[in-house]
Amino acid sequence: MGSELVVRDLHVNVEGKEILKGVNLQVRQGEVHALMGPNGSGKSTLAYTLAGHPKYEVTDGEVLLDGENLLEMGADERARKGIFLAFQYPTAIPGVNMANFLRTAVSRVRAAQSDNAGSARDGGELIPMREFRKELNSSLSMLKMESDFVRRYLNDGFSGGEKKRAEILQMALLRPKIAILDETDSGLDIDALRVVSEGVNALSGTNLGVLLITHYQRILNYIKPNFIHILFNGRVVVSGGPELASVLEEKGYDWVRTEFGEPVAG
Amino acid sequence: MATSVRTVTRRIITTAAPAADRPDSFNPETLERLSAWKQDPEWVREKRRLAWRFYGEIPMPTTNDEEWRRTDIRPLRLNQIVPFTPDTPTPLGGLRDTPRWVQDTTAGGGDEAGLLIHRDASLAHASLSAEARSRGVIFTDLDSAARQYPDLVMSHFMTEAVPLDASKFAALHGAFWTGGTFLYVPKNVEVSLPLYSLTYLSGVERNSFGHVLIVADEGSAVTFVNEQLSNGAEDAAQAMHAGAVELYLKAGSLVRYVGLQDWGRNLWNFSVERAILERDSVLQWYIGALGSQLTKANMEVALKGPGARAEMVGFLFADGHQHLDHHTYQNHLSGLTGSDLLFKGALRDRARSVYHGLIRIHKAAQRSDAYQVNRNLLLSKQARADSIPGLEIEANDVRCTHGATAGPVEEEHLFYLMSRGLPRHEAERLIVDGFFDEVLQRIPVERVQERLRASVIRKFEA
Repeated sequence: MGSELVVRDLHVNVEGKEILKGVNLQVRQGEVHALMGPNGSGKSTLAYTLAGHPKYEVTDGEVLLDGENLLEMGADERARKGIFLAFQYPTAIPGVNMANFLRTAVSRVRAAQSDNAGSARDGGELIPMREFRKELNSSLSMLKMESDFVRRYLNDGFSGGEKKRAEILQMALLRPKIAILDETDSGLDIDALRVVSEGVNALSGTNLGVLLITHYQRILNYIKPNFIHILFNGRVVVSGGPELASVLEEKGYDWVRTEFGEPVAG
Repeated sequence: MATSVRTVTRRIITTAAPAADRPDSFNPETLERLSAWKQDPEWVREKRRLAWRFYGEIPMPTTNDEEWRRTDIRPLRLNQIVPFTPDTPTPLGGLRDTPRWVQDTTAGGGDEAGLLIHRDASLAHASLSAEARSRGVIFTDLDSAARQYPDLVMSHFMTEAVPLDASKFAALHGAFWTGGTFLYVPKNVEVSLPLYSLTYLSGVERNSFGHVLIVADEGSAVTFVNEQLSNGAEDAAQAMHAGAVELYLKAGSLVRYVGLQDWGRNLWNFSVERAILERDSVLQWYIGALGSQLTKANMEVALKGPGARAEMVGFLFADGHQHLDHHTYQNHLSGLTGSDLLFKGALRDRARSVYHGLIRIHKAAQRSDAYQVNRNLLLSKQARADSIPGLEIEANDVRCTHGATAGPVEEEHLFYLMSRGLPRHEAERLIVDGFFDEVLQRIPVERVQERLRASVIRKFEA
C-alpha cells in the first residue's frame, strides 16, 4: 500500500501572526497535486511547515505520514521518513562540497529507511562510492547536468536554473515518498522549466507523491496534476480535478478573491 | 546576516601568596649558564646580554596598553618558568623515534627535502637531501649556524626583521632563545620539496624559545613548514613559548611559509614574526593556530621592495578556555606592492579570539593594493571573537578593502542540510568543514591540509 500524507486542520503562526487557518490536504504516493494561490496566501508557509522549519509555529491541527505524527519530528527525521522539500530559494553554503553533501544525505536517508527507524545515524557509514557515483551519474544525465557540477560548493554561485535543477537532483537521489515542490517553476526560462519538469515527471510514478506549489499555470503545461487545490488566505478554498486549471486561467485569481475573499480595504 | 554574539565571561583566578623567584628562571646567571652550555660565540653572548638589558627596560604589557587591552597575562607566573634544562641530547633516528603523540605531524612523510626535529632546547635530528645540499642549501639548527656561518647569521639574526627591542617578549626571546632553525637558500636555487622543522616538548614543565631564521637569496624558491607542539593539559603547571620568526626574501624570491602551532593547553605562547620582502619577491604565509592556553602572536609583512607581494592565510580553531590573539600587519613601504589576507577562525565552548589587522600604505607606496578579510564562526553562545581592523593610508592611488564578520552557524544553512536527512550535529560539522575549506584550499602542502582537516574533526567532535 502506498504512503499517504495527511494534513488536517493545520493552523500555523509566523512571528505571532496566523498565516495558515485550517488547511486540509491528502497526498498519496503516485499522485500529483498542484497547490495554487496568489501571493501571500500561505503557500510557502505550508511548504516550510511540512518540512519542519523551526520558525513556523503550529498552533493547531495535525500532519501525518502513514499515521505517524510529523509535527513531533525535526526536519532531519522527516526527511529520513520520506518527506522532501524543493526550496523556492535554495540556500548557498560556500565551502560545502556538493558531491560530499549528497553522498552524506543519501547515506543517512537510506540507512534510516532500511532499518525503518528514522533515527539519527550521525557519523554513520557512507554508501559505497562506486554505487553512489553510478546513481549520481544517471540522475545528472536525466537532468542534463554536467558531472563537474557536483564538484562545486552547494548552490554557491549557481544560476537560478542551476539551483532548481540541483533541487530536483537531490530529490532524485533521496527518493522521497512525498515531495513538496515550492515554486520550482519560478525564475526559470522555458528550457530549464522543461528539463526540471521532465525530471519531476520521470520521478513521479507509483513511488512518489508530489505537492506542486505554484503561483503560475505555466508549469501545468509540463506537469499534469491529478488534483488542483486553491489556497487563499490560509485555507484551501477549492479543490478539483485538472479542469480547475482552465477555470483559473480564464477567470484569474480575482475570481478567487471575489468568491472567497473578505473585502479588502484600499 | 552575521551578528556578533558577545558574552563576557570572567575567569576566577585564585592566587596563593606570590611564589619566590626560582633561581633557575629568568636572570643574568641563568643567561650566562645557557650561553656557556650552548657554547655561544662571543657575539651571540653579547647579543643575549643586550637583549636582557632591553627586557629590563621595556615595561611588562598590561591591559592598559591598546595592543593588550583584550589579553590579560597577569596570571602568567614568569618567575616560575625555567627557560632551559641542560640535557645531554639523545639523537633521534627520525620521526619514528619521537613519542606517539608527536607522530601525527605534517612532517615525516618521506617526501621532504629536509627535516629538523627539535626536542626542548636542543636539536635531536637533522636531515637534508643530497640534492639540496649539493646546491648549497643550508638547513641546520641556529646554534651550529651561528658558529659555522657567522656572517650570514650575524647580518640577519634579530637585526632588521625582529630587532631585540621589538617588544617585551622579543627581548626575552633574544636573551634566552634556544634551539632554532636556520635555512639559507642560495641565489636562483629552487627547492621543490618542502623542508620541515618540528619542535616538541618532552614534558609538560618544559618550555620553548625556538627561533626561525630564513634567508631566501635572490631568485630562490622554497617551501618551509614550521610545526610546534606539546601536550600539557590545561591544569598542568604553566609552560611558555617565547619565539621569533624572521623571514628575509631577497629580490625575486618565492617563499611559502607554513607556521603551525599545536601547543599544549598549559602553554602561554608569545610569538613575534616578521618578513622583509625585497623587490618582486613573493611570500605565501599560512598560519595554523590550534593549541596553547593563550597566544599572542604578531605577524608582519614588510613590503619593502617595489613589486613585492604577500599572501597571508590564517586558520584558527579554539575550544575550552583558549584565548588566541593574533595581530597581523600588512606594511606597504614601496609602490606596486600587494598584500592579500584571509584569516578564519572557529570558536567553541568558552574560547575567545582577538584579531587585530592593520594595513598601512606609506606615502611612497603608490599603486599598491591590499585586501584583508577576517571571518569568525561562533559555535557556542559563550564563545567570543573580537575583530579590530585598521587602515592607515598615506598614498592616494591605492586599492584597499577590508571586512570582518563574526556570527553563529546560520540557521537557514542548518535547516537546509537537515531537510536532506542530516542530523543536526553532522550538518554543523559539514558547515564548519566548509567554513575552513576556503583556507585549506589555498595551502599548497597537501599534508598540512590533511593535518588541519583532521584537527577540525577532532576539535569539533571533542
